[in-house]
Amino acid sequence: MAVSSPAAPDVRRTMIAAILLGIGFMAAIDEIIFHQVLAWHHFIDTGSSALALASDGLLHTMELVLFIVGAFMMIELHGRAAQAPGYRGPGFLLGMGGFQTFDGIVDHKILGLHQVRYVEHVWLYDIAWIGAGLIMLAIGWTLLKRARQGKAMSQH
Amino acid sequence: MTAHATQHDAMTMGSTSMVALLLIALLWLAYMAGTRRLHRQKPWPWWRTLLFTLGCMTLAAGFVPALMHAAHQDVRWHMVQHLLLGMFAPLGLVFAAPMTLLLRNLPTEGARGLVRFLGTWPVRVLTHPITAALLDIGGMYLLYMTPLYAHSLVTPWLSTFLHLHFVVSGTLFTWAIAGPDPAPHRPGWRMRMGVLFVAMAAHATLGKLLYAFNFPRGTGADPEELHQAAMWMYYWGDLAEATLVVALMLAWLRRRRRLSASGGGVG
Repeated sequence: MAVSSPAAPDVRRTMIAAILLGIGFMAAIDEIIFHQVLAWHHFIDTGSSALALASDGLLHTMELVLFIVGAFMMIELHGRAAQAPGYRGPGFLLGMGGFQTFDGIVDHKILGLHQVRYVEHVWLYDIAWIGAGLIMLAIGWTLLKRARQGKAMSQH
Repeated sequence: MTAHATQHDAMTMGSTSMVALLLIALLWLAYMAGTRRLHRQKPWPWWRTLLFTLGCMTLAAGFVPALMHAAHQDVRWHMVQHLLLGMFAPLGLVFAAPMTLLLRNLPTEGARGLVRFLGTWPVRVLTHPITAALLDIGGMYLLYMTPLYAHSLVTPWLSTFLHLHFVVSGTLFTWAIAGPDPAPHRPGWRMRMGVLFVAMAAHATLGKLLYAFNFPRGTGADPEELHQAAMWMYYWGDLAEATLVVALMLAWLRRRRRLSASGGGVG
């Protein structure tokens, strides 16, 4: 599509699209690496209630849909040159870290859908899992602050 | 099961298979004739013809006698058949825009009549995304969570009906959610995305339920087979449904680009 003059960067939409992509990306890593390749996670936890299975199904669908929606939002912003350059990275990291932390606390611990790994001392894995999420959140947050101060690393 | 019943089943399956393959061949020929006739005035997109051909091939693959027999013996092959007939073939058939092709081929009077018929309330209720989702996903809950599936294995007419139901409800759902054919009475983008989302979640949940509680029951299949079938349904179903989300988002992108090109409504 021809754009006559570059539009003003749309920070809000860029952040939303990047966060959605981050959530979808982390969920895909979880699904592909930990479920399929390493088989640390099981398809279902033994003794799952129907309710837990339904919430698992809902969450899985949400990840998939959000990733596709995020990708199309980013394409649309790109089409009218409205991506806010310094905000894509922080958005992506906040999405990844947010999902990882949510997954570690709510899915694994509160709902008990599945555990990181079915071994003794699972708390070590939990700390690594949630800790990785918090680190991504922290980096994302720092980069977001820099972008807001006009010190973003990417300007394209 | 007695030897007589087995032989009888095999015969029914064989004839179902033959009738289905013949109908698919006729359908494909009709589509090809339609594109050929149209080509003299205005070219029909080649990729739509390709999609229809792939859809027909997928449908035919789901009805070949060997798969029919394997699916009768083993729930995993049944699931493969279900995915081919109800989820992947409809993608090809629907995105080939057969109704658009038909409307362009019909004389004006005939096309008007067809459009009028599609606008009548029974058709509108039937092709509403919610109805289509209930028939499609609701039908699957009914089939796998109740004794219906075990029953279908020993009742040839029910088995034939189910195969037909897979094709019809799958096509109806795909068409109602993201079909490219003109549909003046179709609900808006938000409603269709919402229904698709709920249907996807219901489908994923069904996959997990089948796995967790060893459904469908009463078939004598061992849990390993049932688990495999449930996981195939879950992951391959995802792929078909993700395609629908992409189709809906493409329509969204086109609309936004039109709006921004005309200089208004973006924000």
